[in-house]
Amino acid sequence: MSTRELFTLTNRHFKASVGIFAAIFVVTAIAGFIVLPFAQPWVQFANVWDAICSAAGVPQRAASVATPEQSKRLSEVVLTSNTLSRPSQEAIGRGATLAQRCAICHGPTGVSRADSPNLAGQYAAVIYKELHDFRTGARTNAVMSPFAVNLTDQEIADLSNYYADLPRLPAYHPTPQLPKPNIVIYGAPMRGIAPCGSCHGSLDNKTGSPWLEGQSEAYMKAQLQAFASDERRNDISQQMRNVARAMTPQEIEQAAAYYASQPPDIVKAVD
Amino acid sequence: MLVNRKLILAHFWLAFAVFGIALTLGAWQMFIRSPIGTWLSNPELYYRSLTAHGTVMGYVFPTLVAMGFGYAISEAALQQRLVGVRWAWAGFWLIVIGSIMAVIPIALGRASVLYTFYPPLIGNVFYYLGVVLVVVGSWIWVALMSVNLRIWRKAHPGAPVPLAMFANVAGSYLWAWTAVGAALELLLQIIPVAAGLKNTIDAGLARIFFSWTLHAIVYFWLMPTYIAYYTIVPRAIGGRVYSDTMARISFILFLVVAMPIGMHHTFADPQVGAGFKFIHSAFTALVTLPTFLTVFTICASVEIAARLRGGRGLFGWITALPWDNPMMLALAFSFVMLGFGGAGGLINMSYQLDTSIHNTQWITGHFHLIFGGAIVIMYFAIAYDLWPHLTGRELVDLRLIRTQLWLWFVGMIVTTFPWHWVGILGMPRRMAYFDFGDPAIAPQALSVTLSAIGGFILLASGIMFIVILARGMRAPQADAGANRFALAVHQPATVPVALNTHALWVALMIGLTLTNYGYPILNLALSEGTSVPAVYVGAQ
Repeated sequence: MSTRELFTLTNRHFKASVGIFAAIFVVTAIAGFIVLPFAQPWVQFANVWDAICSAAGVPQRAASVATPEQSKRLSEVVLTSNTLSRPSQEAIGRGATLAQRCAICHGPTGVSRADSPNLAGQYAAVIYKELHDFRTGARTNAVMSPFAVNLTDQEIADLSNYYADLPRLPAYHPTPQLPKPNIVIYGAPMRGIAPCGSCHGSLDNKTGSPWLEGQSEAYMKAQLQAFASDERRNDISQQMRNVARAMTPQEIEQAAAYYASQPPDIVKAVD
Repeated sequence: MLVNRKLILAHFWLAFAVFGIALTLGAWQMFIRSPIGTWLSNPELYYRSLTAHGTVMGYVFPTLVAMGFGYAISEAALQQRLVGVRWAWAGFWLIVIGSIMAVIPIALGRASVLYTFYPPLIGNVFYYLGVVLVVVGSWIWVALMSVNLRIWRKAHPGAPVPLAMFANVAGSYLWAWTAVGAALELLLQIIPVAAGLKNTIDAGLARIFFSWTLHAIVYFWLMPTYIAYYTIVPRAIGGRVYSDTMARISFILFLVVAMPIGMHHTFADPQVGAGFKFIHSAFTALVTLPTFLTVFTICASVEIAARLRGGRGLFGWITALPWDNPMMLALAFSFVMLGFGGAGGLINMSYQLDTSIHNTQWITGHFHLIFGGAIVIMYFAIAYDLWPHLTGRELVDLRLIRTQLWLWFVGMIVTTFPWHWVGILGMPRRMAYFDFGDPAIAPQALSVTLSAIGGFILLASGIMFIVILARGMRAPQADAGANRFALAVHQPATVPVALNTHALWVALMIGLTLTNYGYPILNLALSEGTSVPAVYVGAQ
């Protein structure tokens, strides 16, 4: 018998095997798409077709669920690894001019003398996101918000590129380097806290997360407390709020003190 | 008749060399995250090691064993010289180049994405290109197996294809089709992102493509083991295969039902409809059939050997078996591990039961027991059986071989049983660090410690295995005779065309893939807004 005769209905192996598998498929499909959806008393379907579409995973608009009124604004920024990755020299130059108004708090070289964040060499995507959030009101600060509210998209991008381009300088008052505390290096797996270092440097860096080495201890502590109390809420999917809420006050102090004591030149270069 | 011994030996030696390296990494991983190790303070090193361990053990090692064994079967079972030896060497070198290309970014910490890729995590593009080269190299083997069988058929029109070759080609076709899922994921989704052409990726779709590969790949790993059950063990212990037809049906069933079941890996994924999850779950239940058939047939074949040796009684024949024969020992160990691993697998494939163990250490315990245990112990047996034929020298120290098999069996049980247990207690998998000082998990410290000790027993056994093979290369020369495969009680004179060819079963395999995967893939591929930004390893 040749292979051609194999695929004919006169061949009982062909008939039986195709028949059996087709039957299994049909039976399981009826069970999976019709019987089981209706077996869930807590789900209501308009008709059989509705049940089949649901079981097949057809994307559906939720019918009558009212979205809760959002009292405060959330961050609208979308970041990818390529956000502002290849700036032009012109953009950096424009950013330098604009940055003169930032220098009073963030320092003429991008290193603050006033417990504001050091911006020299900070990742461009980070500054870009925070400025956007200040502009939209997703993040508020009595000093920063008025500065940000009138910035254009272009100005935000230029400022971000300028600061990212500056060399990372030591903090204004460097302190002796502290050893890594547990929260930075291990996190607290039982409380669902990833290590700080897995996003913010020391272990790894993730898109949108600032490096923290040499930043002001008072500033970092204040931000962690603001996240924990829900006062600051521009973190995407509550990433930082969930972490900060689960941290103990001692851990917040340890993490802030550790990062403040690190020299920023150990931050990994941006690819 | 084994002509191209160098080719086969090259595959085996490369397989076992990389296996040794990956095994060492595995033991180190067990140690470093157990309470007896001092924590590294850098999880990245752990994930680097984990990626290397998985990539080697999942892609390189079993593929090379299947290829080497496949070439040996082609020559020995068909009694004809391998056609396409140059192509075979090309495939081998592609795997060598691919492995090196993949391992360099892993070692540099630029591809710590684990062997399952996990997009939107994206590593260095050379890692993925290396994996692609390994797969392309193995596809050359698939083509050669098909071509060699075709040539044999022309010379022997209508004759039954020897069982070993029939199963071997079934395994190669299964691999060819199952690798397509990961290949589509790599070529269409991951590599464009890794190369910087795109910076978003549809992670949900990628997971569906990977599930296409992820489950059937296990049956590809399993094929050499099942071929050894049917065609080596009965001969080695002086028995006969109880039923040639049953064997063919088992391999055919693997070909058909190993494929359309992978979504039981995505039970917790929201992008797949519940109806498709149910269908995949039901088809996964079917895959137990060929295993039950095999266990029955092999037990019957072993009983034949025992009764020929004078075994009596309902179970008394078990004592008459040649227990000092390494092949008998390996089979028994393999079956015990297959039994426990298979029982665990039934829990994984049940939609509801899976929720209690999904993404826990139970899963890691499960696949180590099945793959590292039941499957790999038969790879050892295959190597022991083929070595004298490949080297022309005798493996003299049977006691050492038995010790090695015992250690592997004990080590695997000691490693995986506590692993399952802590999984039931809820310990998550893929974690680099556990704080056993925390009262909530302190009681699990003992189980995890036991598991790590098991890892070292396995390492010791693995080293012994390589030492035995290396000593076998220098042993006194001895003629091993012809390399024969087990005969059936009733050797087939004629076989129905459906059981002598693969076309019908390959068609069913592809057909069921389309019914079970077609809609979920199209749905995600055509939906807007399903992509997320890629997260590059090591980049800001």
